[in-house]
Amino acid sequence: MNIKDFIAPFAVWKRAFEKPFTVRKPIDERPGAPRYRGFHINDAKACVGCGSCEAICMNQAIDLVPVAGLPAKEGDSGLRPRVDYGRCCWCALCVDICPSGSLGMSNEYVWVDADPEVFRYTPGVEAKPWDKSELGYRRAEGYRLLDGQRVAMPELDHQAAVQSFLELVRGYSRQQAEREADRCVACGLCVASCPAHMDIPGYIKAVRDGQLDEGLNLLYETNPFPEACGRICTHRCEAACSIGAGTGADGEPADPVAIRWLKRYIADQVELADYGRALPRAEPDSGRRVAVVGAGPGGLAAAYYLRLQGHAVTVLEKDEAGGGMLRYGIPEYRLPYPALDKDIAWIQSLGVDIRYGTAVGVDLSLADLAASHDAVYLSTGLPAPYRLDVPGDDHPRVLDGVAVLAAATRGQSLGLGKTVAVVGGGNVAMDAARTALRAGCAVDILYRRREADMPADPDEIREAKAEGARLVEKAIPLEVKAIPLEVKAIPGDPAGALVAWNEARMVQKEDGQRPVPEPIPGAVHEDRYDSIIAAIGQGPDLAFVAESDGIEIRRFKPVVASDGRTSRATIFAGGDLTNERKDAISAIADGHRAALAMDRLLRAKGN
Amino acid sequence: MSRAKAPYIAPAERAAPDLDSGKYLVMWQGPNHPGITGNMSLRLVIEGDSVVDCETHVGYLHRGFEKLMERRLWMQNFPLVCRIAVPEPDFNEYCYAAALEELAGIEVPDKAVWLRTLSLEMIRLASFLMWIGGQAGAFGHGTIAQWSVTMRDYVLDLFEELTGGRIYHMYIIPGGVRGDVPAGFLRRVLETMDTVRKNLDDIELVMFHNVVYKMRAQGLGYIPPDWVDQYGITGPNARAAGLPRDLRKDLGYLAYPRLSFEPIVGTVSDAFERSRLRLLEMYQSIDLIRQIVDMLPARGAFRAKLPNPLHWKIPAGETYVAAECTRGEYGFYVVSDGGDKPRRVAVRGPSYTHGVALMERLARGVNIADVAGLMVSLHTYPPEIER
Ligand SMILES: Cc1cc2nc3c(=O)[nH]c(=O)nc-3n(C[C@H](O)[C@H](O)[C@H](O)COP(=O)(O)OP(=O)(O)OC[C@H]3O[C@@H](n4cnc5c(N)ncnc54)[C@H](O)[C@@H]3O)c2cc1C
Ligand code: SF4
Ligand code: SF4
Repeated sequence: MNIKDFIAPFAVWKRAFEKPFTVRKPIDERPGAPRYRGFHINDAKACVGCGSCEAICMNQAIDLVPVAGLPAKEGDSGLRPRVDYGRCCWCALCVDICPSGSLGMSNEYVWVDADPEVFRYTPGVEAKPWDKSELGYRRAEGYRLLDGQRVAMPELDHQAAVQSFLELVRGYSRQQAEREADRCVACGLCVASCPAHMDIPGYIKAVRDGQLDEGLNLLYETNPFPEACGRICTHRCEAACSIGAGTGADGEPADPVAIRWLKRYIADQVELADYGRALPRAEPDSGRRVAVVGAGPGGLAAAYYLRLQGHAVTVLEKDEAGGGMLRYGIPEYRLPYPALDKDIAWIQSLGVDIRYGTAVGVDLSLADLAASHDAVYLSTGLPAPYRLDVPGDDHPRVLDGVAVLAAATRGQSLGLGKTVAVVGGGNVAMDAARTALRAGCAVDILYRRREADMPADPDEIREAKAEGARLVEKAIPLEVKAIPLEVKAIPGDPAGALVAWNEARMVQKEDGQRPVPEPIPGAVHEDRYDSIIAAIGQGPDLAFVAESDGIEIRRFKPVVASDGRTSRATIFAGGDLTNERKDAISAIADGHRAALAMDRLLRAKGN
Repeated sequence: MSRAKAPYIAPAERAAPDLDSGKYLVMWQGPNHPGITGNMSLRLVIEGDSVVDCETHVGYLHRGFEKLMERRLWMQNFPLVCRIAVPEPDFNEYCYAAALEELAGIEVPDKAVWLRTLSLEMIRLASFLMWIGGQAGAFGHGTIAQWSVTMRDYVLDLFEELTGGRIYHMYIIPGGVRGDVPAGFLRRVLETMDTVRKNLDDIELVMFHNVVYKMRAQGLGYIPPDWVDQYGITGPNARAAGLPRDLRKDLGYLAYPRLSFEPIVGTVSDAFERSRLRLLEMYQSIDLIRQIVDMLPARGAFRAKLPNPLHWKIPAGETYVAAECTRGEYGFYVVSDGGDKPRRVAVRGPSYTHGVALMERLARGVNIADVAGLMVSLHTYPPEIER
């Protein structure tokens, strides 16, 4: 103890006149820091209502509630998060996880109200003073709780791919599949957009958990073609996937979960011999007999679900093998035959009787069929190709795309020559082009609009180009002409044809309509090709339906109710023949739906 | 010495006052009392103005954190753990994250290691600043609390800027941290450190060269060095007793092995020595923060990619991760059964050893007016006693 110990304490006085640090609200305002975790804000337009915020919130402060006035669209549940500030602890995990990146927090933290009920609101929907706040917590750049990047799929490189019909996409390994499955948040937005409403989150969870039997079982609940769909499905589900809604850590659009590849993974991993372990067997015989016309995916799906209910099912198929367009349209490098065969083999193993080489309308009539069965399902697809509809489209070098693909399936020589023009912009055109490439041809794809307008899957277009196809956009075919004799007379040169086409420009006619191609006067080109493949679409062939069958036909299609019932009570129809989507999964969904309706009908018919 | 082998302190050693004799008065200090630094109670038996017996009563703050954690996903516990010790949330965040990372085999980017170290030192400083206000206040020097709490708020301003929160920072997330430093932040850190340092000089002057403080704190709450292992005393309470134990050195976690510092050790082991030692540790923290600002990598990832938090499963296993907090050894024992939630989490907070058994022993014979000062000199945070 010394004298300093008595004097030093008086030094406190020196601070008596300093400005206090405290804020004299409301005279002084102190905004929260730029990263402050204050009241939530949400861009209700960008939010997809996936509920990931609700799932991660450990305080259950978030409820997804229906919001009126949102435009209904696929990949949006129509729900938006409502935050309860009696529960929220301001952790911002909800912001960190939000796949669309719509959720954030403002730097506002003062809100006084006498009514305790108000502290629960739907950000972005109920207006708040801080809605426009630029400041406040946002996910830091490069930081995301959810991985926006898909596990890359091993593929053959394009140089090698074009040399053969080997399958291009190699499939995930177990580790890759589990990693990809991990990205799913089980929001279920995909289920609504899948025509068959497959339990996608369920089977993805099965992949994650390594429960592949369970996964297979879930697949078969709504789709007996998992091997095929796992490869060629149009995967509308992926467009709806919330994981693809925002941007990834790299600022690029995030990748949706590879739902289709995960489906394939499950089916690929379980051997056919083990399917019985996972899948249901048919119910005891019901005593009812059903005929299915067409062994495409739609017809066989109906057959599968009808057989499961114990009905005796006979499938009549004009071709020598099943699968319809999956076999005779889609090329082997996209869907190898053993994979398709596996799907079909399981359906047959339940006792579905497929009679190949039996054309209804030729070998037996629909009337006979209807008379000898309790119900009939028509799934005959679209076998009749559309013609180019230009002068000279009957030239022998004008080939039909589906016919070329079918010939490839059958191992027949394609005889395309060296140079090929494919006319069309859909998947059939891409398949025909890539098949021609594999046959060693130089391929031009002529399409009347721009690449962005092409109905084909963007992956298909990308791959066709990568494999060497040349895309000629805005090319309107005018005429197919025979090659004049003097030019033709080169020995050994296959007889080709000339395609005259008009260069077009895109013209916006009406607002909201898609622009139409309009020929540029005088810009006419004439190119010589050994073969011209028309791939502009197919239509139905209902020659086997007689007027006396009592099926109402409108615009070349049977008129069907939502469950597939035609105007004749015991005849149902579906698949490409009736639906607008014209893809495998829609045909399968039609088949399933019709099978359920037919089952009800058969049970109601009395014993 | 293993704590399991620590000698049992027999009740016989305790005075058994005859409460019916009329000689004694039973008095409760707490659960709401500024000298308790949180919600807990001391049941004091008083004879005249000295304490004959002290019994600690906890239970006012039990929130069941450890149990709650078993019901929440691994990631969902991240916003929960910070609440276990309110003034020092970051140690919880760090220990929890590090335990998960160890069990799941996750490598944390170097940048995150530095940012974690920075936030742990910043919170050490902030926590000590709050404590020193309490210590001075317990002896009637309220002014110091005004200064130091202001300084703490300046540090919390930094936290607000870095993490978006003043109290619950929720910054150290499994895998790394939640963001890089904002532009200009490091400069503001250094400026704030200068301000705090100047204030510490003032505090040093008026608190440690102060006849009242000296007379009341010197000799109060003497901890003999051989109690350290008996009671499991750690941190400044142990260092003031002359044991150079500091987990930052002894375990060498985070960036500490790359920083230059030596544990600060005392000799006298009383309340005065402990408070002086903590003051020196505040200077040390400022120095460490400066070193960190110097060495912080400018670029690089601040978080490792982790699995989807909604179904993150951690391989079965168990681990104990400890860190040196202001009060000593802070640790998380985490057990995973391979599922998406912890099987068991046990939190080891130094307040439990210091604030319960040790306090009961040290309070005996103390003047009733010094009980609060003694309690604060052990630096106890009751919320962390009850998880
Ligand atoms: C080249 C090409 C590529 C395609 N790519 C894809 C793709 O990537 N993804 C996708 O989802 N979809 C694709 N599709 C569409 C898909 O193949 C069809 O949507 C699907 O096969 C429709 O199934 P379905 O059962 O309705 O008809 P189809 O598959 O056409 O099956 C009809 C079956 O009925 C048989 N049949 C017809 N008439 C009779 C009769 N009178 N008697 C007996 N049998 C008869 C046919 O031989 C055929 O087997 C593609 C189609 C083509 C042509
Ligand atoms: S998009 Fe974001 S805000 Fe919207 S529901 Fe999903 S997680 Fe919540
Ligand atoms: S900030 Fe945290 S507690 Fe609040 S709603 Fe979001 S996740 Fe829930």
